[in-house]
Amino acid sequence: METFELLRSLSEASGPAGYEGAVSRQIEALWRPFVDDLRVDAMGNLIARRQGTGPAPRRSLMAAAHMDEIGLIITGFEGEFLRCHQLGGVDRRVLLGLQVWVHGRHRLPGVIGSRPPHILPAAQRQSIPPWEELFIDVGLDADVLRDQVRVGDPVTLQQPLLALKNGRAAGKALDNRTSVAALTLALEALQHREHTWDFYAVATVQEEVGIKGAITSAYSLAPDLAIALDVTFAKQNGDGEAGVFELGKGPTIGVGPNFHPQMVERMREAAMTEEIPFIIEPLPGSSGTDAWGIQLSREGIPSGLISIPVRYMHQPVETVAIRDVERAGRLLASFAVRLTPEFAIRWEDEA
Amino acid sequence: MDLKLLDRLTQTFGPSGYEDEIRAVIAEAITPYADETRVDALGSLIGIRHASEGAPGAKRVLLAAHMDEIGLMVTHVEDKGFVRFTSIGGVRAVNAIGGRARFAGGIIAPIYVERREDASKVPELQHLYLDVGAVDRDSSPVRVGDTAHFVGPLVSQGTRLVSKALDDRIGCYVLIEVMRRLEARAHEIHFAFTTQEEITLSGARTSAYRIDPDLAISVDVTGTGDTPKALPMDVSLGQGPAIKVKDGGMIAHPAVRDALIAAAERAGAPYQMEILLGGTTDAAVMQLVRAGVPSGCLSIPCRYVHSPSEMVDTADVENAVEILLTFLESSL
Amino acid sequence: MNELIDHLGLLSNAPGISGQEIEVRRAIRPLIETYVDDLRVDALGNLIAYKAGQRTEGLRVMVSAHMDEVGMMVIDHTGEGDLRVATVGGIPDRLLPGLTVRVGHLAIPGVIGLQAIHRTERGSLNKAPSIDKLVVDIGATSRDEAERLAPVGTAVVFATTFETMGSSCMGKAFDDRAGCTVLVDLLRGGPYPFDLVGVFTVQEEVGLRGAQVAAYAVAPDVAIALEGTLADDLPKDEPDVSPTTALGRGPAITAMDRSYITPPRLLSHFMRVADAEGITYQIKQPGIGGTDAGGIHRTRAGVPSITVAVPCRYIHSPVSVLREHDLAACARLVAAAAQQLTSELVRPTTAPDA
Repeated sequence: METFELLRSLSEASGPAGYEGAVSRQIEALWRPFVDDLRVDAMGNLIARRQGTGPAPRRSLMAAAHMDEIGLIITGFEGEFLRCHQLGGVDRRVLLGLQVWVHGRHRLPGVIGSRPPHILPAAQRQSIPPWEELFIDVGLDADVLRDQVRVGDPVTLQQPLLALKNGRAAGKALDNRTSVAALTLALEALQHREHTWDFYAVATVQEEVGIKGAITSAYSLAPDLAIALDVTFAKQNGDGEAGVFELGKGPTIGVGPNFHPQMVERMREAAMTEEIPFIIEPLPGSSGTDAWGIQLSREGIPSGLISIPVRYMHQPVETVAIRDVERAGRLLASFAVRLTPEFAIRWEDEA
Repeated sequence: MDLKLLDRLTQTFGPSGYEDEIRAVIAEAITPYADETRVDALGSLIGIRHASEGAPGAKRVLLAAHMDEIGLMVTHVEDKGFVRFTSIGGVRAVNAIGGRARFAGGIIAPIYVERREDASKVPELQHLYLDVGAVDRDSSPVRVGDTAHFVGPLVSQGTRLVSKALDDRIGCYVLIEVMRRLEARAHEIHFAFTTQEEITLSGARTSAYRIDPDLAISVDVTGTGDTPKALPMDVSLGQGPAIKVKDGGMIAHPAVRDALIAAAERAGAPYQMEILLGGTTDAAVMQLVRAGVPSGCLSIPCRYVHSPSEMVDTADVENAVEILLTFLESSL
Repeated sequence: MNELIDHLGLLSNAPGISGQEIEVRRAIRPLIETYVDDLRVDALGNLIAYKAGQRTEGLRVMVSAHMDEVGMMVIDHTGEGDLRVATVGGIPDRLLPGLTVRVGHLAIPGVIGLQAIHRTERGSLNKAPSIDKLVVDIGATSRDEAERLAPVGTAVVFATTFETMGSSCMGKAFDDRAGCTVLVDLLRGGPYPFDLVGVFTVQEEVGLRGAQVAAYAVAPDVAIALEGTLADDLPKDEPDVSPTTALGRGPAITAMDRSYITPPRLLSHFMRVADAEGITYQIKQPGIGGTDAGGIHRTRAGVPSITVAVPCRYIHSPVSVLREHDLAACARLVAAAAQQLTSELVRPTTAPDA
């Protein structure tokens, strides 16, 4: 599977938080050849299982990548214009002049219009309008509009995936379709490698509005170990050194209270054994990812985090190095195949 | 409308965590209509209606309305007897000044604000105090930790009802009415009058955990967009109950949302589609218990939420009952 | 009393930031292992101690105290061999200038220094620099050396050594090693009429986290969270304000904080027992802070919970101060109140329970 094309099909699919149906179906089709069974749970999480080769009862590893993207939701009408608000942490600074899809009765192209500078008071030229002053224009008359669109209809960004120089790609929803791509590549790799543990691939929902899918799917699966895949901040124009990671230098492995030290250790070993470049990412508090919720499921789950560096997060021009996506997939597969039937997590001070 | 019941519901003491009195009132009201009742570990009251034997496709449904109200807790009694407090739930200073607090034992205290250097700045709770009529700390009838709720009698005027604590005693009223009028036994229904919604939503979370329902619906108030200079919101008083699409804490499960719409249309009841930008309900936590519960919310549009003079429309309340009755009669 | 102070000293000196509590577990184990029936460590690192009771009262009682303290973590290195750090838990920037710390499990000494006052603009003397402008100097002279000695993720704690002075104790991390001390005392005591599960929790400071999974596993009927809580009984411009809690006024009982509310019946029980035992107590100023009870009370089908704390000045700073008397009184109150817990106290009133 060619990675850019895989990423393109995932990036361009529609799946804002709470409305993941379309991207879920896309992922299901991609995963079917590599898994033993697939189901969708009450919240909409897509849960796939690869059975391990070890003797029953087998323990399980859950790998979660959220499939929802940030988007907008229609909140009301103002004549022939639509009012909207965010689904997830939308950066209002990128909305003006943006082209969107309004998913009403049909998929309608729209634009969030910007008043021209000629009639804007000087003070407003740099200011970003509040939500009440932003309108989506789909070019329909008011009465037709009411028939085509309802309050609650979701809106996604229009942005085809672009191939930039040096193996980089730019587009919308790379948070977190890059991770879904990496998880897909891992499933493909596991098809040709032996793993004794059961492997659950979960495309979670509603991460962007509260890591909701992760919480309920972890409870349902009760895995022995879990790894979340998400994105982290890639170094970009204006950054210092702290808290950012260079594109193309590999995925990051999270270290901090969200992650069991032995998970971190084994992830490092898995990377080093297969010569996968990685960077240790310090996360002193909440990781802001599915791992934060999964760790607290039931009696607690030892968790890890693999993150893919992405520039311009939560904007339609998120940018990633394709090989970091591939490396993340390889790291996950490498970790999974190294789990032996005898392996157990233990703290150093346990008897 | 049963104004006598509503009066008892709105006026009875019950800030978050201190719901004993309101629970007793509701327990008395629902006992004739429940097959069994019980009280949860955190004090929520559950009334259960069983499905008929062998009812095909019977689901376990959880309907929740919270019985706690916002209130105050004493933090400090000053030398001169004035009382400082913190909020139980979302209390805005501007809504409290000039009003009255009533303590559990019955003492009434005006709520006022210190003289401020800059009177144009919005006051905060730390600038407010209660006057219980004591002249010094030693003779104060209240102490640190005591709780109070707000004074706000129920008034009925035309189709409008005004009272404190319509959030969410009007939801409790709706559930009691549904229990009273429900004849169908298509599903096993747990009517939960939850605690602590205004502070942590912990009553609903733990009740839902224990009940482990197939789907859950909260009945709570929501805001409106129809008052002067209100933020745009497509919900107005008197235009029907609101079926929640999304609020500040959750996205309603589309299947539950659509089932409520279908029930409204079958019942011939007006309804509105709701997106509430700030605030959430019990449904937000019920949704996440165990392996997840498809959840939604039927809202009563309400003006002036979290003030002593909340306002709803009786038609919206009655239509909410109709929609729920129709909903509970259908296959889910 | 001496034993309480000895234990407090041992536990206070042990290093343990959120997510790296192993040294605190190591310090606690020998103090309790011969007094309990089972000890285990769960997936997050909580130390869970089971002490079977006489079972005259059919309750499972969970008592918790958190092992983690606020501290810092190495996040990067400089070319000159210094460490860049971030806080783990709440430490205000203004505590960092001139701080001495211990780095990693080898407790390497380190310092956080500022530019000399002589060379600093007057205007900057009133404001503390933010942490991302500061470094920890351990004496290393190259990035390689720094990375070897203190790789990314290494814990950094206040370099405070416990001591007593008159009737007070001074040391770091009384939030919540004071609570741990009381829990150790409780586990060494008894017998109790019910099964007692003592949980030394992890990661309270980053979101009341360890307590949640421990409570899920233990599934108690009632929970008591033990804390070292803030005492703000210092001179202020406005003297007639609540101190939150005050030293010397005994254990502080929580009626309500930002994370949960104590059921009134449980609250009155503790107050009644205190009165009966002649223990002076105070009600912590309602609405301040959060504790493990916030995580515990909402697990599974709900757990009635209460927090009882030792008042401590200057928590979340290098040196806290508490009164020995308050620590001892807290231990007495919790033991007495726990001894007298009954099923009726734990259940709410009205309506028969199925």
